[in-house]
Amino acid sequence: MPEMTQSDTPQQTPGERTMIRLDKLTKRYPGQPGAAVEELTLDIPAGSIVVFVGPSGCGKTTTMKLINRLIEPTSGRIHLDGQDVTRIPVHQLRRRIGYAIQQGGLFPHRTVADNIATVPKMLGWDRARITARVDELLEMVGLDPEAYRGRRPGQLSGGQQQRVGVARALAGDPQVMLMDEPFGAIDPLNREALQNEFLRIQARLHKTIVFVTHDIDEAVKMGDRIALFGDGGRVLQYDTPERLLADPADRAVAEFIGAGAAVRRLSLARIGSLAVPGPPVVERAADAQARAAALARAAESGEEYVLVVDEDRRPVAWLATAGARRPGEGPAAGEEVPLLTPMGPGHTLFDALDHMLSSNASAVAVVDGDGRYRGVLGMDAVRTLINSQALHTADGSKLQEV
Amino acid sequence: MTFFEFFAQNRADVLDATVEHAVLVLEGLGLAVLIGLPVAVLTYRTGYPRAAVLGVAGLLLTIPSYALFGLLITPLGLGNGPSIVALTLYALLPVLRNAIVGLREVDPAVTESARAMGMGRLRVLTTVELPLAWPVVLAGLRVATQLLLSIAAIAAAVNGPGLGNLILDGLATAGTPFAVYLTLEGAAGIVVLAVLFELLFAAVNRLTTPRGLGA
Repeated sequence: MPEMTQSDTPQQTPGERTMIRLDKLTKRYPGQPGAAVEELTLDIPAGSIVVFVGPSGCGKTTTMKLINRLIEPTSGRIHLDGQDVTRIPVHQLRRRIGYAIQQGGLFPHRTVADNIATVPKMLGWDRARITARVDELLEMVGLDPEAYRGRRPGQLSGGQQQRVGVARALAGDPQVMLMDEPFGAIDPLNREALQNEFLRIQARLHKTIVFVTHDIDEAVKMGDRIALFGDGGRVLQYDTPERLLADPADRAVAEFIGAGAAVRRLSLARIGSLAVPGPPVVERAADAQARAAALARAAESGEEYVLVVDEDRRPVAWLATAGARRPGEGPAAGEEVPLLTPMGPGHTLFDALDHMLSSNASAVAVVDGDGRYRGVLGMDAVRTLINSQALHTADGSKLQEV
Repeated sequence: MTFFEFFAQNRADVLDATVEHAVLVLEGLGLAVLIGLPVAVLTYRTGYPRAAVLGVAGLLLTIPSYALFGLLITPLGLGNGPSIVALTLYALLPVLRNAIVGLREVDPAVTESARAMGMGRLRVLTTVELPLAWPVVLAGLRVATQLLLSIAAIAAAVNGPGLGNLILDGLATAGTPFAVYLTLEGAAGIVVLAVLFELLFAAVNRLTTPRGLGA
């Protein structure tokens, strides 16, 4: 896909190699009846995002903290890249594992640069390398190094603190990242932007990430795989988001996913990976005769609009046919209607449907990664795609530019 | 003879006594910090031990100062010894309590992040917890200093140094023309010291509070 050409390294297929193996992990707290985590066995593939999702108190955060030994297990084993974590000195282990939590957990008395430099300093990097690394990371998370490296966390907004938190977790270039509701305390708009940016960063870095959230929508969006936790630290289902939504293992899973699973699946189907019908278009430079012919052809096949493209085959407008006219409203036949945003390969069926409903359009133009015409998606086409097997097997990999 | 004529005559004595007073207070405070800070670090995350040390320090503060200075004569004799120890005991509560409160107020998410990044216990304490607790610790030292400045006047009762001697002399010669002058000199010296220490603490606070802590 063209949108992946920015990657530094060729994309690995997630699941080639196990990075973290949880083996019959149990954690009990003295004086509490049930176990916080019970006999948990889970393989986390290298280079992928695994989301732990579940209601509060289900043991997802506890499980995450067992991995970097912030909490020691009662029994069971954890292997990091084939190595038993209890055989690695705990400080070394933690310096190999990035850690980002809600609201960042930044050191309020240190500058942004010093916060990010925490692990590199402990790893003994020299000053020049640390400075370069800090600036690189600030740019990666979308903060201008000049403006931000000398600030204190108290001078940043919640979203900016979160970005610095992610940068700090990435600083020592760890193979593994643990993230506990890292975007939890952010307003929905900024949250979505941060999620997208994080997926973009991950598409380049291919870290192995354990991501904890209580929000199933966030889990579906971020996860290559989702481990759905139930009460008492048991995993009810461990699956790809597509399979989790399409085929919940039991009632408890279905209940947690809640209503709207079908709609959520739409947000997993990227238009770039779907077959889109490509009706004929008319060139903007075409003369009146050619336009009339195109309109007649479209009207014959029941289309209401014909797409107008420019010389680079980029969609620019819709041309109304006689069929677009409703009594008392709508454009006259032959009238051009301006084209709103076309859908690129990174957009999902959910975006397309949302766009149609919110702009009261009956179809959206679909373009490739360079903005050139690929096809037209109408309501009928979306319905066909939803019902087709194509959606069930759609490539839902998150490792692409959004 | 007016007060100012009297002061002109014995100002060297007053100045000596003031310096002694300040040194005595700083000695008591210093010892209290040397004892209180480690005890705070050892106990702030515990339950019973923390309650116990705070209880003991609180109890010490309720002992009437005359009695405490007097009681210390038996083991420590007269002079500097009992004076310093008594002041140390009085300063313990503000020093200890503020240090414990300051350390406990550090956001757990911050210390957890520090641990999760691979910082050892000592590094978390010295580079994260103590700097963040520092403004509260310093406020404790400030309160302790003000407390000790006035209590230190009692040291004269056990032959200790300081401005208390002027006050005691004044009381001993009550009814004579200069009794009031002596007492006034002692009290004024303490007030002046209190103002100077306040200014000192304000400066230290400004210079040592990490930026970004809302100071």
